[in-house]
This record gives sequence, structure tokens and C-alpha cells, in this order.
Amino acid sequence: MAEGFFSFDEAMYPLEDWIEVVVEWLVANHRSEFQAMKWPVEKILWGIDHFLNWLHPSVVILGFVIVAWRYAGVRTALFSLITLIVVGTLGMWSETMTTLSMVISAVFFCTVVGVPLGIAASQSDNFAAWIRPVLDAMQTTPAFVYLVPVVMLFSIGTVAGVIATIIFAMPPIIRLTNLGIRQVPMELIEATKAFGGTRQQTLRRVQIPLAMPTIMAGLNQTIMMSLSMVVIAALIGAGGLGVPVFQGLNSLQVGLAGVGGLSIVLMAMVLDRITQSFGKPKSK
Amino acid sequence: MEEKKDKIVVKDLYKIFGPKPERAFPLLEQGKTKEEILEETGLTIGVQNASFSVREGEIFVVMGLSGSGKSTLIRMLNRLIDPTSGQVFVDDRDVAAMSKDELVALLRKDMSMVFQSFALMPHMSVLENAAFGLELAGFPREEREKRAMESLDQVGLKAYASSYPRELSGGMQQRVGLARGLAVDPSIMLMDEAFSALDPLIRTEMQDELLKLQAEHRRTVVFISHDLDEAMRIGDRIAIMEGGRIVQVGTPEEILKEPADDYVQAFFRGVDPTNVFSAGDIVRDQQVTIIRHEGGGPRVARERLISQDRFYGYVLDANRKFIGVVSVDGLKEIIKRDGDAAAMDSAFIPEARSVHIDSTMQAIIPYLTGSPWPVPVIDGDGVYKGAISKNIFLETLYRVDPTEADEPAADAS
Repeated sequence: MAEGFFSFDEAMYPLEDWIEVVVEWLVANHRSEFQAMKWPVEKILWGIDHFLNWLHPSVVILGFVIVAWRYAGVRTALFSLITLIVVGTLGMWSETMTTLSMVISAVFFCTVVGVPLGIAASQSDNFAAWIRPVLDAMQTTPAFVYLVPVVMLFSIGTVAGVIATIIFAMPPIIRLTNLGIRQVPMELIEATKAFGGTRQQTLRRVQIPLAMPTIMAGLNQTIMMSLSMVVIAALIGAGGLGVPVFQGLNSLQVGLAGVGGLSIVLMAMVLDRITQSFGKPKSK
Repeated sequence: MEEKKDKIVVKDLYKIFGPKPERAFPLLEQGKTKEEILEETGLTIGVQNASFSVREGEIFVVMGLSGSGKSTLIRMLNRLIDPTSGQVFVDDRDVAAMSKDELVALLRKDMSMVFQSFALMPHMSVLENAAFGLELAGFPREEREKRAMESLDQVGLKAYASSYPRELSGGMQQRVGLARGLAVDPSIMLMDEAFSALDPLIRTEMQDELLKLQAEHRRTVVFISHDLDEAMRIGDRIAIMEGGRIVQVGTPEEILKEPADDYVQAFFRGVDPTNVFSAGDIVRDQQVTIIRHEGGGPRVARERLISQDRFYGYVLDANRKFIGVVSVDGLKEIIKRDGDAAAMDSAFIPEARSVHIDSTMQAIIPYLTGSPWPVPVIDGDGVYKGAISKNIFLETLYRVDPTEADEPAADAS
């Protein structure tokens, strides 16, 4: 076995303790700020949740069918209709609406924060280089690792779940906004400059419109990742479709977990089909 | 043309790509080549020491092979690329030293650009594309669409205003690019290999279109090309670039007649000189001329031809205006027929026609092939300037063919 420095059997410095000290310090001194950050998320989340649960299921289904029809065509509309009815008949309607409102509010914040960050990254190589490892960390750090500090700072509940979801689901929209803008052909940027276009005009009139399909692909990925996060969010007391899955897991009720899981998959398919069509030019 | 003032003046312009470009200057002064500098410092010399001026209203073609720096050069005129050092004066204002706002104002008003790849906005209609420059400049929708419509009309695409670029052919797309450039009504148009992506037939058509537009409204055009035929066809003057340097500036004729170096000459491989040289360029005054006057009759004329060992003579009047061509045999015949009463005029070869001094060599070919005598050349007043023989014609072709230029051309000329 290796001797001396390279024995690597025990930690040589107490990073573990340092992290604890930092988090505890944040909790002790800045919990109120973090709690304040909850406020907008909470308002939007509960607003959407109450609205969706207040609406008659048939209205929600009709809404989905209309949007699907307009953007993705008859087949997707039909698919959405059947899928949502199946989810309803599984007895998961209310949970599905809660999950949907969690996804919508998480995606809302991801977009509001992520698109400007993506644009900033596309304009500055330095910023892009700096934000890249942060995005890597956001995407790959196991959710369970940051659930603990999230709970300590934001307490348990659906709002904390949404905040964890935002962290996890934001990277794709930042990355793809950046990528989409950078992929706009150089000659179009040159043409805009040659006619006296400012950077602002180039962004607004050329880069963002042309990057739209890619940004939409980012939005789609963000939605998918939000959905996959809802089960985990149930661990910290979030409601929605994660609850039956989590309960099923705890009490070995395979059926219950299966029904929750199936509902999540069906919702994911509906949202995926519909949002994938957003970035594409209309087929007709 | 000589009186026209300079619209664009470029002075000592350099573009060096890479970090800390100043490092290249001392090396350039030592006379090191582009390749040596790249190896030593990692810096790429884009353009070095370019100085030239473009006159108002002319089509100035910058020609060079790929990598010669011509695209970099044109991009420094509107600062798509910032020069490393040097000046670019447009109407006596230094573009290279302008602030961002001044530059934007200049580009919106005075300069437009047409690109090799067309660079049309795929998400905008043809009309919106044509109006793009005006939109950036902040014109209200109504006015910019009206002006864009006019420029689309100029290039013959009015009917396609609501189409999208992808629905048009390459030639039509570049017409939209041209319309976009015209809509802002600039005094300068920069054209970066504007027609190079088009197939040859369409390319010629577009060149004609450009010449037509120039005839309607003269603008100063800086045109980048790697195609010598194109440069010869549309250029009032041509600058030839090699390795980031401008090696020669001149009219097409000047360059073709006296290429500055082998590099310039290398361009002429495959170029048809009969489109470039005119009768005036190759005409020789070595034929026997006969001035028609009271005293000199056919006999004298015949004597002179025989003593000069020539078969054909060129008859002129007292003002040296060309009247006709006679031959030794023709003169002999009329002397035999009419005796002393023989008149010179009746000996003229009826098929003998003169050509104008500005006709291209190409245009002379049918006359040359149709007649055994050298073709007489006249100027606008009908004054005889000499004649072109088949030999001279062939010699010219031979001389400008660079593949053979080295040894035998020396004694041919």
C-alpha cells in the first residue's frame, strides 16, 4: 500500500466540517433572506395550483387538446385527450394538477432566470466559461445532496420542492439558449453589423428569433427534468404525483407506486409532445 | 473619369490577427514573409501596408486568390474587422478612428454590403429583408416598405415580396441581397464575392444587372472577386492582392498589358485576352498608305506597292481619312482596262471594311477571317490608324499566354 502523502486512506483536511459550518452559518444568519426568496415561488405555485384544481377537469383537458391541436396537430391532440382521461380515471387527477403546477412554476422561474443567463453567456466567452462548471454541478450533483441544505434554508414543503426542482432543471435552458444564439451563422451577424445594427438590434432582431427552435428545445428539456424531479421533491414534503410513489416505496405498495409512476410518465409524454412542437414552424 | 474625386482613401492599412499584434511590425520591417512571422510569433498577417484610393462612382475590383486578404480588406472598410493600424478615409473622414456611434451612423446612411453567401435573414420575408437596413436605421414601417419595394422593383423581384428567401433560387436570393443594399440608398456599396456562389450563366446576368444599376445611378462600388473575367468585365479599376499586399492597381488593360509580377501574370491563365484588348491596342502602322491626290494615279500606287514588296495598299484622302483598300493585282487590272484614264476608286476591293479603334479583338475576328488583307483601323473621325494582320493578332494571343511567356515571347515582341 502507498505510504505517506499518497496513502489517501483518510481525509487530510476536514472539508466535511467546513461545509457544515458554512451551511449552519447561513441558516443561523441568513435564513430570513432565503425565506424571503420563497415568497414569489410560493405565490405563483399556489396561484397555479389552486386555479388548476379549481377548474373542472374537462376544462383542463379541453385546454390541453386545443393547445396540442394548434401547435402539434391532430394526433398529439388526440393523444393528449386519451392520456389525460386515463390519468383522471386512475384517481390521480388532483395530484397530477399539483405536479403540473409545480412543473409550471419551476419552468417559469427557470425561463425567467435561465434565458437571460443564456443570452449573457452567448455574449461573453468569459461568462460562458465561468458558468459552465456551475451548470455541470447543478445537473450532476445528486439531488439528495442539496435536499438537506434546501430543507434547512427553506423548510420542508412543496415550495422547497419547487426550489430544488428549479436548481436541477435550469441548466438545459441556459445551455441551449447560449448554444442557439452562438449557432446563428456568422454572416447574418456580419450583415446586421454592416447595415449599422447595434448589438441590441442584432440580438433582438436576428439572434434570438433564429435561436428560438434551440431555446424551445431547452425549454422542453427543462420541463422533462422538472417532471423527473417531482418524485424526489416528495421526499421533502412536496405534494403531487411524487407522494403516491414515495408512499408506495415506504410501505412496499407496488401498485400505488406503479399508478403514481404511470401518471408521471403519461404527463411527461403529453408535455414533451406539445412543447417539442413549439420551436418548429407550423406543419401546415 | 480622371476628374472624379477620391471617395475612399486607404492609407498604410494593416490587419494582423493574434494577441499583441504590434509584435509583427518590426519583423515586417525586416522584410520577413508572412510564413516566417507566423512561425516565429503565431501571428497571422491579414493585410499589410495597403494603400489605394477608390474614385467616386467607379467600380473598384479587389482581386486575389483565397487567403490573399481581400475579404479582410473589404471588412476593414466598414469595420466588420477593426484595422490593426492605418487609416480608411471615406469622404475625408477616418473610419478607422470613428467612435461606435459615428460608425453606426455612417453604415446606416452611406455604406451597404452584399455578401457571397447572400446572408439573408431566413425568418424574414423578401420585403422585410430588403427593408432590413432601413429598419435598423429606425425608419417607420410604411416608409421602409415603400423604399424596399422600389429597390425590389429595380432588381425585378417585386412580385416575390412576400416570399421567403428559402423559396427563391440562388440568383434571386442575391437579387434580394442587392435590393437590401440599394434600399438604404448608400453612396458606397461593398460587394464581397457577391456573385461567386452563383453558376456562371447567372453570374454574368448579375454582372449585367450591376452594370445596369450603375448606369442608372452611379455609386462607388468596391467589389471583391477571385475571378479575373469578372474583374475585367465590371471593373473600372482593379487592385490585385497577394499574401495580404496589394501588388498592382490599374485599369484592366494596364494590368493585362503590364502585369507587375509573375503572381499577377498567373491570373491570366485561361483568361480570354480578346475581350480585353481593343483594336487600338494591337494595331500597327506598317502598311503602305496611298494618299489620293490629283497627281498620283494607279500606276504610281502600284509601283510603290511593288517596291515595298506589299500586296495591299490603303488609300487615304488628304486628311488621312480611310477610303479603301487596293491590291497590286487589282491596280494592274484597271490599268490594263482603262489605260491612262484609270481611276483609283474603281480598283477598291469592295469587301474591304474598316473597324473602329475601340472594337475588341473579339469583334475583329470575323473581319480578319473573311479577308486576306490586314483589316484597316479607323478612329471616330474616320482617320486611318493602321491595320491589323492575322500575324499581329496571333502574336498578341501568344504573347499574353503566360504558360509560354518565358522564352519565345521575347523575340516575338
